[in-house]
Amino acid sequence: MIEVIYILCLRQLKHYWRSKARLIGSLGQPLLFLVAFGYGIGPMYTTARGGGNYIDFLVPGIVAMSILFTAVFSGLEVIWDRQFGFLKETLVAPISRTEIMIGKTLGGAVIAMIQGLIVLSLSYVLGFRIPSLSSLGLGLIFMFLIAIFFSGLGLTIASKMKDLHGFQLIINFLIMPIFFLSGALFPLENLPPAIYFISRLDPLTYGVDGLRGAIAGMSTFGVYNDLAVIGALSVLVCAIGTVLFSEIEA
Amino acid sequence: MQNILSVQSLTKKFDDLTAVNNISFNVEAGSIFAFLGPNGAGKSTTIKMLTTVLKPTSGEISINGFNALKEQDKARASFGIVFQDHSLDEELTGYENVVYHAVIYKVPKKERAERIQKALEIVGLWDRREDYVKKYSGGMKRRLEIARALVHYPKILFLDEPTVGLDPQTRRSIWDHIRDLNKERKMTIFLTTHYMEEAEAIADQIAIIDHGKIVESGTVEEIKKRTESESLEEAFLKLTGRHIRDENNGPSNKTGMRGRGRRSRH
Repeated sequence: MIEVIYILCLRQLKHYWRSKARLIGSLGQPLLFLVAFGYGIGPMYTTARGGGNYIDFLVPGIVAMSILFTAVFSGLEVIWDRQFGFLKETLVAPISRTEIMIGKTLGGAVIAMIQGLIVLSLSYVLGFRIPSLSSLGLGLIFMFLIAIFFSGLGLTIASKMKDLHGFQLIINFLIMPIFFLSGALFPLENLPPAIYFISRLDPLTYGVDGLRGAIAGMSTFGVYNDLAVIGALSVLVCAIGTVLFSEIEA
Repeated sequence: MQNILSVQSLTKKFDDLTAVNNISFNVEAGSIFAFLGPNGAGKSTTIKMLTTVLKPTSGEISINGFNALKEQDKARASFGIVFQDHSLDEELTGYENVVYHAVIYKVPKKERAERIQKALEIVGLWDRREDYVKKYSGGMKRRLEIARALVHYPKILFLDEPTVGLDPQTRRSIWDHIRDLNKERKMTIFLTTHYMEEAEAIADQIAIIDHGKIVESGTVEEIKKRTESESLEEAFLKLTGRHIRDENNGPSNKTGMRGRGRRSRH
């Protein structure tokens, strides 16, 4: 069981590592966001709040963003596997659908974690500092849970998609709103009630808030509440994904 | 002789279309069994059900004594399959593809390296094992798929049109490998092909399916005799008619199982 999960993860890691264009390309967006928003909106943020450093607020949001996108894309990779025929090879093997689901979720999550860690390291250059090792530890837990949740979500969606036609739909109507309404870029306080309501339903809101609480010391809901919510959601999405994955046909 | 594969009243319906209609047949252990039929006759749908990737509407399948619907994992461990479309990971090397297969088929770790080497040597790809599969030719990919299917020592090997689109040299070498596997390892072979002369040359038993029903079965000689034909091809045409089939009416396109299934053949 462990070895099967390991080989499924290893395959995804090899894909990630070998595709240097994808690796570097996927760092472009978070870097651009960090620089453009960090320096563009930073002064406004400081003025409006009467102090505070926007970079400290922004970095956890951008780390969460890069994890979100990498994890969802890794999950959706199953659609490529289906299209190129490789999915059949995995599905006719004498292994349980649960093993496949766990292996692929973990594989996607590990890649997303690496991506998040690269962005976090780069933020050091922009002056972001994590206060202590224990806050880094807690931050890593949040990063991992965000990665698991969205990798599992990507897989769950992919198990029901037959081809790539719905891809844009998912990105523009699910992933983008999840990102923009999560409070990754702006504080959730003082938002219009409708937007605030939606953002409270957004799973990433709790991931971002918890990560921000852990590594930047700013949290709206409280770090442990965030941990409970994102932890429970990760378990839930993996359970749903496993059920849907068990019905998958090549 | 003992039956390694036994199919009873197998049926698959897709909405309004009955792709496979109540077919029954047996395959003897150690034999080469050819499953023939025009495009859209139900061959690939049948193979998908036999290899557990598609659930039958009704019927029973027994592989190596295991119920393919209830004891799926045991049945899966008993067979190897080379799919009609390519099913390799092109971003991995040939060797890595086979390792992946060996692990998910739970080949014991101690035996893994040796079995992988043997399988790659059988199909003549050992020297090219470190190359990415995307650099392989069509014939090499096919041979790699066959090597991969051998690593877990299957009792029965399913080959869905293994030689389609290959040059005569590669086709010959693939059939030679298959015949060797059958003779030396007593491996049962279940194959589909559109090349009637290939089926005639290699198969012990033949079943011809059309419109989801088996229209004829037996040895090549029996079928030729019953249809008063000179060749298997002539018998095939007599049994299934001469009009050309519209392959896009096939069941796999109806369900979209194969993604953009437009290029699928049956």
